[in-house]
Amino acid sequence: MSLVLLIFIFVLAAFLGIELISKVPSQLHTPLMSGSNAISGITIVGALLATGANVDGSVAMILGVLAVVFASINVVGGYLVTDRMLGMFHKKEEKK
Amino acid sequence: MPPIAINLAYIAAAIFFIFGIKMLGSADTARRGNRLSSIGMLIAVVVTLVDQNILSYTWILAGLVVGGLIGAVAAKRVAMTGMPEMVAIFNGFGGLASLLVGWAEYDKINTLSWTKYAGEPHFTSSVIYLTALIGAITFTGSIYAWGKLSGKLGGAAIVFPGQKFLNGLVFLAIVVLGASFAGKPDLSCAYYILMTGLVLSLTLGFLGVMPIGGGDMPVVISLLNSFSGLAAAAAGFVILNNVLIVAGCLVGASGMILTIIMCKAMNRNLANVLFSGFGSTTQKSGAKTEGEMKPLSIQDAFYVLEAARSVVIIPGYGMAVAQAQHVVKELGEILEENGAEVNYAIHPVAGRMPGHMNVLLAEADVAYEQLREMDDINPTMPMVDVAIVIGANDVVNPAAVNDESSPIYGMPIINAHEARTVFALKRGQGAGFSGLINKLYFLEKTRMLYGDAKATVGALVAEFKG
Repeated sequence: MSLVLLIFIFVLAAFLGIELISKVPSQLHTPLMSGSNAISGITIVGALLATGANVDGSVAMILGVLAVVFASINVVGGYLVTDRMLGMFHKKEEKK
Repeated sequence: MPPIAINLAYIAAAIFFIFGIKMLGSADTARRGNRLSSIGMLIAVVVTLVDQNILSYTWILAGLVVGGLIGAVAAKRVAMTGMPEMVAIFNGFGGLASLLVGWAEYDKINTLSWTKYAGEPHFTSSVIYLTALIGAITFTGSIYAWGKLSGKLGGAAIVFPGQKFLNGLVFLAIVVLGASFAGKPDLSCAYYILMTGLVLSLTLGFLGVMPIGGGDMPVVISLLNSFSGLAAAAAGFVILNNVLIVAGCLVGASGMILTIIMCKAMNRNLANVLFSGFGSTTQKSGAKTEGEMKPLSIQDAFYVLEAARSVVIIPGYGMAVAQAQHVVKELGEILEENGAEVNYAIHPVAGRMPGHMNVLLAEADVAYEQLREMDDINPTMPMVDVAIVIGANDVVNPAAVNDESSPIYGMPIINAHEARTVFALKRGQGAGFSGLINKLYFLEKTRMLYGDAKATVGALVAEFKG
């Protein structure tokens, strides 16, 4: 894929992100932050490739394994904790 | 799977992320949105695993299991009062992972030799350096923020002479090294340049968070959140992967917006938050305060509350410290049974992360509708019988509205001073994070309830029950 195209994608995604977030009520700021934090764990894709596509025992592969560990803490922990948090937000009529 | 199918699956994952983030923006859909985005992540991981380039699965599985278990246990165990530091450390791990991905790719290309590299060497080396830089700052900055938030490293801002100069120097060195690295990535000492840049970036993350005090933490966490996304996007440019670029950039943008919202809620710009060392010294309020702080007994407070028809509770970091959210909710319920209308007024920067108070009160089972935003509650404040300020300080300081000489003049506040009566729950007579004297406490209508917030509110609850 050409570099220009990737940069183009990046710029569009930035505008999209700004559009999506700008009207979030402040009550939801924490879950938004921890939920988007889990998304930033997408770097796990790069980590998997670095681990799997490099020769066993090479420096790149070892760095990859470490990256997989940290990225999956980020992804799994981030999604679960956000879900747990959102489970506590509820409306009045749902009470008891 | 052929590359085209993998890329199509990545686009599907990106669509899940986009809808997920959109749905996180509304209370009714937020939980589904988060689950949707996790499905997107699952798709991205699964198609990557069936990539034909992957030779061995042993270490991948080991890494996934270890990381997944740590993440799951941490997410399950963390108390809601520990959320700020949890979010901080997850940010840090995301940044670290991106940094390692960039480094691994560099090592791979370097081993094969740059002359045989099929891509654009200068571009790739630039983004590798950028990934290492942003990832490293995110990592150490988050670790330090985690230490400050959990109280392990002391929460105060640390400033020393020449601090800005030192930080500027480190940053300049990073830029110069980066330019030389990207200019000649095939140089024999390029690896050392990258490593030096990496160490300096790690140092800069630490130095950068050092002069930022506890009350400014919401800004820092949002900013680090943004950086963790940008690091992932930069890693996407390194390995030319579209899903990393899109998802990383979305997170980068959302974190940046939160940062701006937090800065606006304090009426300060980002540079001021990051560099001023706010709260490190006791600043003097411009005008003299008149009157005195008048204490009130629990019994008298009970009589006032019993007669009140409308009550607004204004929580701050003090409520989180005292872990008083459950007993506060109990008091709220008793007041409602007593016929009063009870609302909770939440300032955007109350606490140590964006939305901190909402999470705590939601944990205590307070209904979503009772948690009111600042702009929403302020017009009704003059009709409120009693405003109960629990461990909040600067966010209710009327100097922000009526004292032009005050450093916080212009900061939007919750207008507690407009309520008919104000109860301020406070541990001692000291000033808040900004070091400013809070004029609210000296008003004729204000009564102080000294002591631990949890004990005080508990005593009020006992009065109602007794």
